[in-house]
This record gives sequence, structure tokens and C-alpha cells, in this order.
Amino acid sequence: MAEIQIKNIAKRFGTYQALHNIDLTISDQEFMVLLGASGCGKSTLLRIIAGLETPSEGEVWIGGRRIDHLPPKDRGIAMVFQNYAVFPHLTVFENIGFGLRMQKMPNDEVTRRVERTAELMHIEQLTGRYSGELSGGQRQRVAVARALAMEPDVILMDEPLSNLDALLRLEMRAELKGVLAESNTTAIYVTHDQVEAMSLADRISVMHEGRIVQAATPVEVYRNPAERFVASFIGNPPMNFLPATPVKGGQWSVAGQMMDGPSANKALEFAIRPEDLKIADSGLTAVAKVVEPLGAHLLVTCAVEGHQFRAVLDSDLVVKPGETLTFAPLADRVRWFDPDTQKAVA
Amino acid sequence: MNPRILPYVLILPVTLFLCLFFLYPFVLVSKQAFSTGAGFTLENFQDVTSHWKFPISFKNTLLLAAAVVPVQLALALLMATMVNGMGRGRDLVLYVWTIPLGISDLAAGIIWLAIFEQSGFLNSMLSGLGVIDKPVSFLSYQHPGVVFLAIALAEIWRATAIMLVILVAGIGLIPKEYYEAAEVFGASPWKRFWRITLPLLRPSLQTALVLRVILAFEIFAVVAALGGTLFPVLMGETYAYQFELLNGGAAAAIALIILAISIGFTLLILRILRVPKGASI
Repeated sequence: MAEIQIKNIAKRFGTYQALHNIDLTISDQEFMVLLGASGCGKSTLLRIIAGLETPSEGEVWIGGRRIDHLPPKDRGIAMVFQNYAVFPHLTVFENIGFGLRMQKMPNDEVTRRVERTAELMHIEQLTGRYSGELSGGQRQRVAVARALAMEPDVILMDEPLSNLDALLRLEMRAELKGVLAESNTTAIYVTHDQVEAMSLADRISVMHEGRIVQAATPVEVYRNPAERFVASFIGNPPMNFLPATPVKGGQWSVAGQMMDGPSANKALEFAIRPEDLKIADSGLTAVAKVVEPLGAHLLVTCAVEGHQFRAVLDSDLVVKPGETLTFAPLADRVRWFDPDTQKAVA
Repeated sequence: MNPRILPYVLILPVTLFLCLFFLYPFVLVSKQAFSTGAGFTLENFQDVTSHWKFPISFKNTLLLAAAVVPVQLALALLMATMVNGMGRGRDLVLYVWTIPLGISDLAAGIIWLAIFEQSGFLNSMLSGLGVIDKPVSFLSYQHPGVVFLAIALAEIWRATAIMLVILVAGIGLIPKEYYEAAEVFGASPWKRFWRITLPLLRPSLQTALVLRVILAFEIFAVVAALGGTLFPVLMGETYAYQFELLNGGAAAAIALIILAISIGFTLLILRILRVPKGASI
């Protein structure tokens, strides 16, 4: 059992507050992704869990044991680094077995474990090579194998795929997901790539300016963003926002159109995802500015009363720049945000 | 200019300089070593090596190098690791530690002579403390061990910094991520030094050791200041043949012997510390 509890963790670098009182519980064998733009504190949080950084405040518990005062090796963790950190002077075999050797594990057990994990990561032919003779993808596999060979309770990954080219990243992503699911370890994975986060995570913690703004399943984060930041950060293209003014009890005026919404009595923001729009006879009037055929879809960037507004449409449609379109938003996909608190309004 | 020719044009001046002031004198010295005026001969080498002082100076030179270089290596590694672990004040400490580099070897010898000679600081201190009644002549034939120790100390004090500078630069090149990975996978600070720092430092260790070993075989001024004729070394013999015995051929022969030893040790160091293909940072 390796449930991870992060209790009230804060980190200050001098006067800069990198993390603000983070509370997060990650269940045993859960795949948790920390997602955020660079500088949001996600790597700092991971490094605190790893023991490479000391928190200014708070506690970290793994499997019911407080570990924030322990050295990294006594925490039951293994880590995959962004630049792989595959030791250049050791062969692939010795790299994978590095942690086991440090534990003074008997030779035959080291060999058994190294061979098994090398096979799992499909690098069994490379065990005699040095990292200088490996491609980026192969080094990545060695780094993952080295972590898995430890049979850790928790595996920590710091943007492990960000240095791979797009195609390889796609392939490794799927493979990583399969391997980790079978290994029964709890995983924390840091990334700034939302597609990676969506595809891998059981749950995503979206981080912004040193805080966790939402921790939920990928679908939940996508469909019901808790804050405007999440709505604008997740999704490509991002969510559309339009100012909305209340008319009377649950009726809102959005770009001159009447819409049903929450029963608040202050200006809100109307939000809709670009793919949740249909061309209709009545609705939001938009003037197409840029039309980008993307194969599967047609991405149209428009202006609605001077606000940028994107729509993902069927690729069979023919739209020309300058054309006026009328969009009907799917009613159950519309979301509302309070511009003062940035929070979602139900 | 043709970009394929340009690099050669750019290195031409230094190549000419080296040919004129290194290669040409080297050829002259070699000719001198292998001739006595009448064609090719090994007579100079036979003369030099059969002289009673040759085995002693050969042994002394090797002993001194064997005593000094390992200590310097260990000290330089320790100092480099300490400097690298420092935040504020790192540069200041490094500058202070490298001050001896700016002092000529003869001056360094004289500084240590001022400590060890009969009216020197060491004698004053010991008599001040009441350890001795009258000044001791440390640097005399009665105390060969002290002479050796004084020379070794002066050399360590004077020339450790050159290794330090090379090793500090080398350690700085090792990515921090390797240390973090080693730490996460259970390596103690000591293990990280042995398993990560030392192996990844091999290229810098090669440079530092080759440089230091060659200079150790060329030791002269420090020995002249502290040991005089009590402690003959190969370079001192070269000087004596050239300027006291006016035997240029013999001096050239010893110089070539020193060169041969230096080349031998350089190859040995390069071989021992070689980095396998594909295993560099």
C-alpha cells in the first residue's frame, strides 16, 4: 500500500513563494499527473516528494509513514528524470542495476531483476552498451527500467517524455501507461503537456502559481473546469469566453443572445468549448477571420462582438474568411465563470 | 576565403612558432645527444647513465614524484569538491588557494628555505616553545628525511593549485542530474564521489595528472633552493652537465631521458584513465 499524502506543503526560495500550502492525497496505485505551465511549482512539488528539495512547511506521508525528513533512498521511491540522467560511464546493465547495487543486493538477484526490467522495456539487446551509443528513446527506456528495477512503492517522473520527438513520445506514452499499470506502483508524473496528462492520468492536478487549482479525473477537468485558468489551459484550442450580463432570474444576455444560465445577479463569463458549437439558424453571430482545415476538423477563428471565438467544425463544411456564421452552443456543455473569483458558477 | 582552407590558415602562425621555437631546438638537442662530433653514437647516454650520481638522481626524482603527486591529487580533489559545494565566497576561496600558482618555483623554494634553515621560522618557533636548546640544521646531510620532506612540502604547497583549477572546471562540467539520480537510487555522498564524480572526472584527471607528473620530473629550482647538492635530481644533473661541466652532449642526453620518462608516464596515465567509446558525458 502506498497512498501518498501531501499535507500543507509550502516552499519558499528566499522571498519567492514557489508553493502555497498544498494538500493532496494520491491513492495507492493511482497515476497522478501534475500539470501546469513552467514555473507553476509542479517540479518543486515532485522534488519535495523525492527528497531532493526540503519543504519550508508541511508533511509528506507515503504508505502511512511520514517521510519528509528521510533521505531519498529511504522513501521507497524511484525517479525518472527529464534528461534521463543515465550514467554515461556505466553500461545499460549497470545503470539499471545501480540502485540495486547500492542496496548491496546479491549478484544473481541484480542480474535477474535487470534482465527482467530490460526485457519489459525492450532493451535487452542493449545491456552491454554505454549511453553515448543509445538514442534518446533508448536512454528514456533505460531510465524507466532503472526506476522499475527498484520495485518502488512510488515512481516519480519529471517530464520524462519532453525530450523525445513527437512520434516517439506518442509511442512511449502508450507503453509507459501499460508498463506502469502492470507494475502496481503509485505514480506521480509531472508534465506541461496537456495531451500527455489527459492520456496517462487517473487524475490530473492542475497547478497554477504554486497552487493546485483542480485535482480531478481528466474528463472532469476537461468538462467541468473548477477555475477559468483550467478552462483556458486545458483543451486545444482552449475554451471560448464571452462576457454575460444578467437579464432576469437565470436569463443571460451573451453577445446579444438570450441564454439560460445560473441564477446569479452579477456579470459572469459565458464559456463554451470550440467543439461544442453547431452551425444553426439562430444563435451567436460570428464573423470568420481565419479558416484552418486540419484534416479531421475545420478550425475557424472568428470574432463575436470583438471577442476572439474559435469553433471546431466538420471538415466537410466550406467556410470562407469574412463569412458570417451563426453558432448554437450545446446547452449542457455551457459553463459559467465569475470574473472576480475566477471560479466556476453552477 | 575558402572556408575549407581558413582553419589551416588560422593555425599557421602558431604552427610556425612551434616549429621554430620547439621542434627545431628539439632536433638540435637530439642531434647533440646522439653525437660527440663524429657521427651517430650512444656514448653520451653511456657516459651519463654510468656516472655514480645518475641512479641516485633518477631514484630521487621518481621518489619525489611518487610522494608528491598522489598527495597533490588527493588534496586537489578534496579542495575541488569543497569549492564546488560552496555557494557564496566560492570564487574568493578559489583565488586564495591558487595564489601559489603566481609564485615562481625558485621563490617558493626560498620561502620554504626561510622556514627550514638554521635561523629560520621553524627553529625560532621550536626554541620559543622550548622543544630545542640550540638551532638545528634541518637541511643538512644529517637529516636526509627532513630535506626530502621540505622539498615535498614546498612542491605540494606550490603546485597543487594547478590540479585544483583543472579539477574544479571538470567537476563543474558534470550535470547535477547525475548526482540527484545517484542520491535517489541510494548512493551516499561518499559513494557519489567514488561512483559518479571520479569516473566522470577522468578526462580532467588525465589532464591534471599528465601536467603534474611531467612537471614533477622537471623539478629543479625548489630542490636547488632547499636541497642543493644533498638531493640530486635529474634536472639538476642536466644543469650541472651544461653549465658546470660544459658537456652539452651529456646534458642533452639527460634531457632526452627525462623526456622519455615523461612520455612513458603520459601514455600510462592516458591508458589507465581512458574513457571507453560512448561513455563520455
